Amino acid sequence: MAFRDEWLRARAVAWKDLMAERRSKAGFNSVAALGVTILVLFGFALGPDAEAIRAAAPGALWLAALFAGVLAFNRSYQVELDGGALEPLLMYPGARRSIFAGKLLANFVFVFLLLVIVIAVSLVLFHITVPSTWPRLLLVVLLGEVGLVTLGTFYAAMASRSRAREVLLPLLLFPMLVPVLLAAMQATKALLVGDVMHDAGAWTSLLVAYDVIFLISTFLAFDYVIEA
Amino acid sequence: MNHSTNDLAIDARMLARRFGAQWVLRGVSLELRSGVAAGLVGANGSGKSTLLRLLCTLLRPTAGTASIFGADIASEPDRVRELVGFFSPVPGVYEDLTAMENIRFAATMLGRPAGSAASALERTGLASVANERVRGFSSGMLRRLSLARLLVHRPRLLLLDEPYNNFDAPGTALLNDVIRETLAFGGSALIVVHDVASAMPVVNEWFSLTGGKMSPSAAIPVGSPSPSIIPALGMSGVLH
Repeated sequence: MAFRDEWLRARAVAWKDLMAERRSKAGFNSVAALGVTILVLFGFALGPDAEAIRAAAPGALWLAALFAGVLAFNRSYQVELDGGALEPLLMYPGARRSIFAGKLLANFVFVFLLLVIVIAVSLVLFHITVPSTWPRLLLVVLLGEVGLVTLGTFYAAMASRSRAREVLLPLLLFPMLVPVLLAAMQATKALLVGDVMHDAGAWTSLLVAYDVIFLISTFLAFDYVIEA
Repeated sequence: MNHSTNDLAIDARMLARRFGAQWVLRGVSLELRSGVAAGLVGANGSGKSTLLRLLCTLLRPTAGTASIFGADIASEPDRVRELVGFFSPVPGVYEDLTAMENIRFAATMLGRPAGSAASALERTGLASVANERVRGFSSGMLRRLSLARLLVHRPRLLLLDEPYNNFDAPGTALLNDVIRETLAFGGSALIVVHDVASAMPVVNEWFSLTGGKMSPSAAIPVGSPSPSIIPALGMSGVLH
């Protein structure tokens, strides 16, 4: 019963965040535009060498998702701070982890839509052909997204209490995301070339391990970081 | 006077709170019985809002203890949040959602039936704009929406921080009705108030905070607003 109540609360928070985002529209459009712009800039920076572009594609893709995702994570708490809604949110009875779960869910959907756009643009821009291992590639993308969104949602909650939150979030988040991004990039790279070295499995296992560790630790610590 | 734990809506002992090096509350003790509405007055910066935020678990005390109907604010915050409804001067609503969506969200978070949202909006006079986005609401309408959230909750203890701000006369009367109903069910209310006249019809006891410390309470007869009470409350020129 308690789990059902927590699930209902988490679902309500996610629905509320997504509905507010859908109605404001500007948020997703600007985040997606930033993601695409970063990819285009990477394309310019790498020059006309097709091989170099293909080799850099996994890194460019994940970095575009990261930079655009930071905007999304900041926005997810900004909606609470704008109307002074954070206090009522924290005053609702029940475990506060359901608030975190709801924010996590909403950010997951948001970043998933962002990734769909970023990947589609990457395919065209970096001349990538969809490999036969695409189901495994999809799994890596989802696992990488879980790590990115979990840490992003958690550190955005921590930064939301600061006046310098826009600067503080990347400073806190980027160092912690290094292992997730490294594993996601390496697994993506391996799968894009057909996993000839058979190392995609190891990177994917590492990604799963990081996701589990980060999910558990952020759920346990959320109560402390969201308190004033 | 000694009261059993269950009699006391608020039992605070030497509550203190520091922000950085500055002590905002310096050892406040307060007993509020069930069925009583207390007014809390004091100059700006005297610690009134901080006291309410400590009692509703939004802040942790630096020192001291407090319990709400026997539930300790430090060790049983979940239980306290079930018992307490905090009415802040900031509406705390989502501007891109409609009034109905805001109150339904509150109902879900509070574990109340979705149907309670419609009746709360009806009671606060917002039924006709239930499906309109909150972004265009006036400040008075936003206060009513906040009140609707409180009606969905129906807490045993109301912690009201300057609740009469932006309310018109019918809004003030509605808020006082909600306070009376809470008292009738054995609940209590602690009301931080500058607009003493609006609170006079419902308040039974008065407390005054000065410089983070509780001053001796001033006994004010219920329902008889008079400029003569202003000096007794340690205030000046705030009686409307």
